[in-house]
Amino acid sequence: MTIIYFLIACSVVLAICFLAAFFWSHNSGQNKDLYTPAIRILFDDELVEEKPSNENNSEKDN
Amino acid sequence: MAVITKEVCYHCGDECSSKLLLKDEKNFCCNGCLNVYSILAAGNLQNYYKLNNYPGASQKKEIQAFDYLNIPEITAKLVNYQDTDKTIVTLYLPAIHCSSCIWLLEHLNKLDAGVTESRVDFLKKQIYLQFNHNHTKLQQIAQLLTSIGYEPLISLQDVVNNDVSKKDRLIPKIAVAGFCFGNVMLLAFPAYFGIAPSERHFGEFFSLLSLAFCIPAVFYSGLDYFKRAYVSLKQGVLNIDFPLALGIAVLLIRTIADYVFNVGEGFADTLTGLVFFLLIGKLVQQKTYHHLSFERDYRSFFPVAVDVINENGEIIPIALENIKEGDRISVKNQEIIPADAILLNGNALIDFSFVTGESKPIQKVLGEIIYAGGRQTAGSLELEVIKPVSQSYLTGLWNNESFQKANDNKTKTFVTKVSHYFSIILLSLATLTLLFWLPYSWQTGLNAFTAILIIACPCALALSTPFTMGAALSIFDKNKFYLKNTDVVEQLAAIDTIVFDKTGTVTLADNNSIEFIGNVLNGLESNIIYSICKNSSHPLSRKICGFLNTSKVIAIEDFKEIPGKGMHTIYQGYEIFIGSTSFVPHASTRLVDFPQVHININGEYLGYFKINQKLRPQLGELMLSLSTNYQTYLISGDGNQDNSLLKHYFKSESHLLYQQSPQDKLDFIAKQQRNDAKVLMIGDGLNDAGALQQSNSGIAVTDNINNFTPGSDAILDGTSFHLLPDFLKFSKATVNIIHLSFCIAVCYNIIGISFAIQGKLSPLIAAILMPLSTVTIILFTSISTHIQAKKHNLIS
Repeated sequence: MTIIYFLIACSVVLAICFLAAFFWSHNSGQNKDLYTPAIRILFDDELVEEKPSNENNSEKDN
Repeated sequence: MAVITKEVCYHCGDECSSKLLLKDEKNFCCNGCLNVYSILAAGNLQNYYKLNNYPGASQKKEIQAFDYLNIPEITAKLVNYQDTDKTIVTLYLPAIHCSSCIWLLEHLNKLDAGVTESRVDFLKKQIYLQFNHNHTKLQQIAQLLTSIGYEPLISLQDVVNNDVSKKDRLIPKIAVAGFCFGNVMLLAFPAYFGIAPSERHFGEFFSLLSLAFCIPAVFYSGLDYFKRAYVSLKQGVLNIDFPLALGIAVLLIRTIADYVFNVGEGFADTLTGLVFFLLIGKLVQQKTYHHLSFERDYRSFFPVAVDVINENGEIIPIALENIKEGDRISVKNQEIIPADAILLNGNALIDFSFVTGESKPIQKVLGEIIYAGGRQTAGSLELEVIKPVSQSYLTGLWNNESFQKANDNKTKTFVTKVSHYFSIILLSLATLTLLFWLPYSWQTGLNAFTAILIIACPCALALSTPFTMGAALSIFDKNKFYLKNTDVVEQLAAIDTIVFDKTGTVTLADNNSIEFIGNVLNGLESNIIYSICKNSSHPLSRKICGFLNTSKVIAIEDFKEIPGKGMHTIYQGYEIFIGSTSFVPHASTRLVDFPQVHININGEYLGYFKINQKLRPQLGELMLSLSTNYQTYLISGDGNQDNSLLKHYFKSESHLLYQQSPQDKLDFIAKQQRNDAKVLMIGDGLNDAGALQQSNSGIAVTDNINNFTPGSDAILDGTSFHLLPDFLKFSKATVNIIHLSFCIAVCYNIIGISFAIQGKLSPLIAAILMPLSTVTIILFTSISTHIQAKKHNLIS
């Protein structure tokens, strides 16, 4: 049963990893705005069609 | 059969009333909207219109120049970060309202190539911009944003106050507490089920590990409780943090002692759970409302910069705080007078409604002193500053001691009152138990002493308020009633007297409530009426002038004004009557609900101006339901011209007070409070800021949430004004829920203490009782708050 010592050590280390991951995400501001990204993700389809033509235009202008 | 369809603006969805503006087979209501469309079409951004129908905001307003954003010292205070070619700035754009806005604003670089990144925070209505300042300027971006309909709101406060972005450390603390709690629970389970004697060494290891998890939970997550308890002890107050901190400390000491002397498993599970639940309660309590700012002061009312005329006659913008005595400034139509000044040039018709509450603009003559805070309403002015902004009348008023006074007169919250006695009872009970056991066995005595402090730790009490208030606040929020903090609910429940301000509170502030009933007036007729009304200072004449403001002034003869009746004049031999029903020949009163002005030119009755009741809708029902339970007063800076309209709504005419200065209003509230009244003040402007502050609780009513709302405890959207009685009843219900949940918490405590006194409290009982009481309280408060809100029709 001494394997318990090892298993508990593993589980604690794993939990600390998750805690550290949470700290990283929090400090990098990922939890600041939880609403806008949900809307933003719905935009991209039409954007892809448009981007090339627009970039071409601006290059011609220059 | 022809089908008539109303043409609506492709950009903003407003009805196109006058002549149609067409482009690409689309209709536009005004040039502003057409411009926005043209800019977006040129930038290949028509997707904006595909995401939502009519996503734009109406562009009928004039465009600001933002010249002051070229002053380096102002921009330096606005930007978050700047290096050789990159500038980062966060701007507040109140017009953000739909997904099209996000799409458009995040594609800003198609309109201005200098913008490298733009991100929108929808809920805070902020845009985070990164741009290359070698290619574009902040002023250009601000103008661009304004031209596409998103005018940034930049106030002096943004410039002066820059340290608002405090780091929120609560979430990491909860994360750590939750981490410790979860792990300790895992380690505590074997002890709950009993560990075989042969495996005792596991138990010791588990206890040591649990103890290790307690350390961060107490010294990182729970440290604030000790700090606050220390601060309140120093002030001689026993608040709720004291028994909480005591409980945490005792739990930790017991756990350490149990491990060191090997007498038990310790209370690590209860300790970490307590800290975790307490912090969750704190989080619920701290939920702030970003779309509203309560911490504004007079600075957000003033412009950021002022146009100063230098010796060479050039106009240069200068930061407001740098305005000196003797500077000559130029103030355009609809701008605020920023400092006390002498009028040098121009037609000054100043609207001081923000300072005095008087909605009638005041005419000032050359050489007269104009106090800061007024809004110019007729053409541009040239002024000479006589006092810098920091010393002006308005600032002085605002900085007045009574305006600054700490909220001592606000009622003490229930928890503050209870926790004072709670701590005393708890400590004496624990000491008595210790003294009782000492002669028999000091171990049992100490055990019972610590057990009482542990089990009576008022976790449920500390949680009942934040959870009830959190639920109540979100219900208020849904009904557009925004409270500054949770204490306001208790203040609202306690009030017995309500004082209303007039302008903007019981009456609506806008002037577009006038129409002409009768034949359509031709050009000459409206010119005649306009010229006559311009001679009169009666509020109704002023309103008619505002309505006919496109007319020309023509010469009239023999002007006579009969007070209380009307005006009689001659124009090119025509006899003209303008005034009340009894005064104007052939006029008859149709409806008496609203003031009306009849017109008779040359013996022919033309019709009448209907001045729509500018009282808030449903005011009658509101006042009726309030006056049964509360004393109601009206207090106004205005003259008594609306007295006849308003007096029916109040118990007696002595309850209506007119021509009250801001100081009078404050004194009136203070007088009521000396008679033991708990006063609710409902007002709007800076002129009742002192009264709002002095009252037990102050509500600012506003039709534009972004408006300046000083000194108030709550902001009420004008559209929800009629719900006020429901809000007050719901506040009372909320306070009752808190009292009931306190009773539940006490019941749990009595059960726990009955074990603890006998020295029989095992860690298992503590570990069950604590979360059980917490969950009961949370369920009880959330469910009953919801039921009460339904009962008062605040949620469907």
